[in-house]
Amino acid sequence: MDFGGINPAVLVASLMVASVPIMLAAIGELVVEKAGVLNLGVEGMMIMGAICGFITAVQTGSPFLGFVGGAVGAAGLSLVFAVLTQVLQANQVATGLALTLFGLGLSSLMGQGYVGIKPPLTSQVPFGPLADLPVLGRILFNHDPMVYLSIIIIAAVWAVLKFSRMGLVLRAVGESHDAAHALGYKVTRIRILAILFGGAMAGLGGAYLSLVRVPQWTDGITAGAGWIALAIVVFASWKPWRVLIGAYLFGGISVLQLNLQAAGARIPVEYLSMSPYVITIIVLVIMSSGKGRASMNAPAALGQNFHASR
Amino acid sequence: MNRRTLMATAALGLGLVFGGTVNAAGMDKVKACFVYVGPVGDGGWTYQHDQGRLAVIEAFGDKVDATTYQENVPEGADAERVLTQMALSGCNIIFTTSFGYMDATNAVAAKFPDIKFEHATGYKRDSDNVSTYGARFYEGRAVIGTIAGRMTKSNKIGYIASFPIPEVIRGINSTFLHAKKVNPDATLSVVWAYTWFDPAKEADAAKALIEQGVDVIVQHTDSTAPLAEAAKTPGVIGFGQASDMAAYKPSPRVSSIIDNWAPYYVKRIGALLDGSYAQVDSWEGISAGEVEIGEITDAVPADVKAEAEALRDAIGAGTYHPFTGPINKQDGSAWLADGVTAPDGDLLGMNFYVEGIVGDIPQ
Repeated sequence: MDFGGINPAVLVASLMVASVPIMLAAIGELVVEKAGVLNLGVEGMMIMGAICGFITAVQTGSPFLGFVGGAVGAAGLSLVFAVLTQVLQANQVATGLALTLFGLGLSSLMGQGYVGIKPPLTSQVPFGPLADLPVLGRILFNHDPMVYLSIIIIAAVWAVLKFSRMGLVLRAVGESHDAAHALGYKVTRIRILAILFGGAMAGLGGAYLSLVRVPQWTDGITAGAGWIALAIVVFASWKPWRVLIGAYLFGGISVLQLNLQAAGARIPVEYLSMSPYVITIIVLVIMSSGKGRASMNAPAALGQNFHASR
Repeated sequence: MNRRTLMATAALGLGLVFGGTVNAAGMDKVKACFVYVGPVGDGGWTYQHDQGRLAVIEAFGDKVDATTYQENVPEGADAERVLTQMALSGCNIIFTTSFGYMDATNAVAAKFPDIKFEHATGYKRDSDNVSTYGARFYEGRAVIGTIAGRMTKSNKIGYIASFPIPEVIRGINSTFLHAKKVNPDATLSVVWAYTWFDPAKEADAAKALIEQGVDVIVQHTDSTAPLAEAAKTPGVIGFGQASDMAAYKPSPRVSSIIDNWAPYYVKRIGALLDGSYAQVDSWEGISAGEVEIGEITDAVPADVKAEAEALRDAIGAGTYHPFTGPINKQDGSAWLADGVTAPDGDLLGMNFYVEGIVGDIPQ
């Protein structure tokens, strides 16, 4: 069952792991953008999650508490964004970019004493004999809890947005905040809650990087993963299951090209490396054209500030 | 000359200058500035440069102001802006510590003839105030390659490479030649990561290699992530790169190549203080203490350890050159005849694999 020296079961298993951080961050950002807020600070929130999760896990010795700490830390940073843009009406794009810079700097400061320390090990979910099944066991039953949790979160976000009243209100706020306000919904409160959710998800993704995938703390550990998460949201045209596909595609290509090289396949790695970004650019170009914007399903009030007096 | 004697010499030189003889060209106080490509906390390349900066402060005290440095400076137009800013802020000597700053360094140096520029691992010296310095890391790679060849059980060695530049290719060739010498069955899989520092990607590359049956990982990227990945699989070993990476002792990190920039930085700033500063193209190795081999741990059998240390000492003493013929290029054509050592020009521009390495260098 090998193709060009690569075992597909192993490849799929590792791309699932590689995709977790960007998937979590992207699904969080999807909810934020569905509420009509463009938060470009994903990278900063991810790295705050990475360092807060790392510090919590090292101090308590519990990876579970580490993930909680990561989510709380990043949500705390996103609260800064929420106050600036929702209460003080600051420009969302500029605030988001500033949030990234602030997060990178603050995480570096917080991480000063944590370089070179190993975090407690996150154990795999024990599936017993299932894990020993031939191909399926390797792909489905041989991961840590976060891999499964990330997929459950995607399903939950999809269900809430599609079937629940809460999801409908959130989407209404994102499509037309004036109409939602006229109907009596608390636009600012809903948006702040969405931003906090987005921050928590980005934090989980960041904590996954520093606790499981790398696992250690180094400055700049996210290395652009937050930007890829932002691109995935656009790529997925704001649909939760497409976020899953997008994350597997982006994570999969990077894993695949490394595996192909390790297996000695003679392929031009440059093209494979750049392909996720090329796809993103194409998607962005289509999306920015007038007709494309509507067909791409972008929330109509995305990036617009709301004040009740207007 | 090791670091301590060098510092002593430098201090002596200082003593002479300030103890009476007045040197017209010398300076009372030097402001030294540093440009880093990564964060100081990377635990590798940039961390070691910063250790060199701290050694300068330790060596010269208040004769030097070496508190100015800038982290995470992108290679390209931003670097030129940072350099100009530093030059305007009164720096007397500026160290640019990554290959990609080459053009920016030379461009800014041309505008500020009174300021000295020192560019790491480059080869362009367009104006008189630009010096270049590098270290013969391939000497360390030879020692690492020997350990790798002896230690691999699957006969598969993995190499996480950054960019296809001569510096990196030299390291690959040196590692492979010395692994092959002690283990004729050894093969080398090279993975190009196209990054100097991306912990997640480096971990993925290590993982991909381990899944392909590799049990010894050599890295030419800056983070400790490949070692952390290797630690997850029993029996897989790796080496510290640029810095000692001692947190992963005794295994998977069984040894390391340490860049020690302190002797060079102390020497250059000392020269600026006493007026003996001149443009140089410095390329030192184990003998000058710029390349060190980190402690070889007990995970390595005693005879292998002794063999590696003997090789290190032979290179340091100058009795052995890691690129000594007969060596053929990958395509089978002759490069070095029997007993001939590689000229520096060939090494600096190396753009080919030696015979036996499978795969192509990306162009």
